[in-house]
Amino acid sequence: MSGSIEETKKHIADYKKVAATLAVLTIVTVAVSYLEVSVPVAILIALVIASTKGSLVASVFMHLIGERSKTLYLTLALTAAFFVVLMFIPLLGHLDQVGVQKTLSNADAPAAHGDEAH
Amino acid sequence: MEIPYTVAVRPDTGINNVRLGIWLFLASEVMLFGGLFSTYVLLRVGATEWPVGATLLNVPIGTFNTIVLIGSSVTMVMAHASLKLSDFKKYRFYMGATILLALSFLCVKSYEYWEKIETSHLPADSTYLAIYWTMTGLHGIHIIGGVIVNSYLWGPGSGMWHTKREQFENRVEAAGLYWHFVDLVWIFLFPVLYLL
Repeated sequence: MSGSIEETKKHIADYKKVAATLAVLTIVTVAVSYLEVSVPVAILIALVIASTKGSLVASVFMHLIGERSKTLYLTLALTAAFFVVLMFIPLLGHLDQVGVQKTLSNADAPAAHGDEAH
Repeated sequence: MEIPYTVAVRPDTGINNVRLGIWLFLASEVMLFGGLFSTYVLLRVGATEWPVGATLLNVPIGTFNTIVLIGSSVTMVMAHASLKLSDFKKYRFYMGATILLALSFLCVKSYEYWEKIETSHLPADSTYLAIYWTMTGLHGIHIIGGVIVNSYLWGPGSGMWHTKREQFENRVEAAGLYWHFVDLVWIFLFPVLYLL
């Protein structure tokens, strides 16, 4: 972050607004958790609020919003891509069928006619 | 020999080495915590039953700690802004407040841990408790690390303000970026472990 005194004073005003928003969103997160909703919906709501809070911290407190370095953005984009892969690994584990015993749909069918001759 | 580009922007990256360095470190931290979040998803999806965090943990205490950590992020960013405004006294005040809020967080977390130990809710008791202790424990270690660095910048390290102002400002900014990251991790840990 670089800039003049005026710019810094403007940033301070932004910090105060973000701080108030984060506090309100924290209370909203807790309040929403008491709603009678299904687990997937509860997870979705909680993650949306947490992501909003996270974006505010990263963009305003960590000054990403005024960042001009392409190298930094590329680094963060690469990190985000690997993070997404990391989050999908559990899903891949569930899709993995190696070693799972399967029963064929025609397993109970009588043996073929040719086999009986033997 | 002086280390280059600690203050000046490096032409090829468009950023000074201090900021690039701390962001690269934070990228590695994203993968460290990302691995644990991924583990949480794997364990939770694979579990036949999973307790709601609120039945085992104290939500009001967790909410209080979340507010405390957000407060410490605000004081940290104000400490850096005070240096930008050349107000060293205010910097000391805000950095001191950041350290105190961090210590308050640790005290409350220790109380929570003590409560869990007393009621025999240990990592070996369930998969949920194992991931709870692992994730909050790792986060707690990061808080302790932040307190050590911030205390140095508040105390003995602050002498640099009188000799190399810009370099000191950059150090505080780097420490701040780390501190905001620790806050950001908790923003996700709190709902995942306490509320869902």
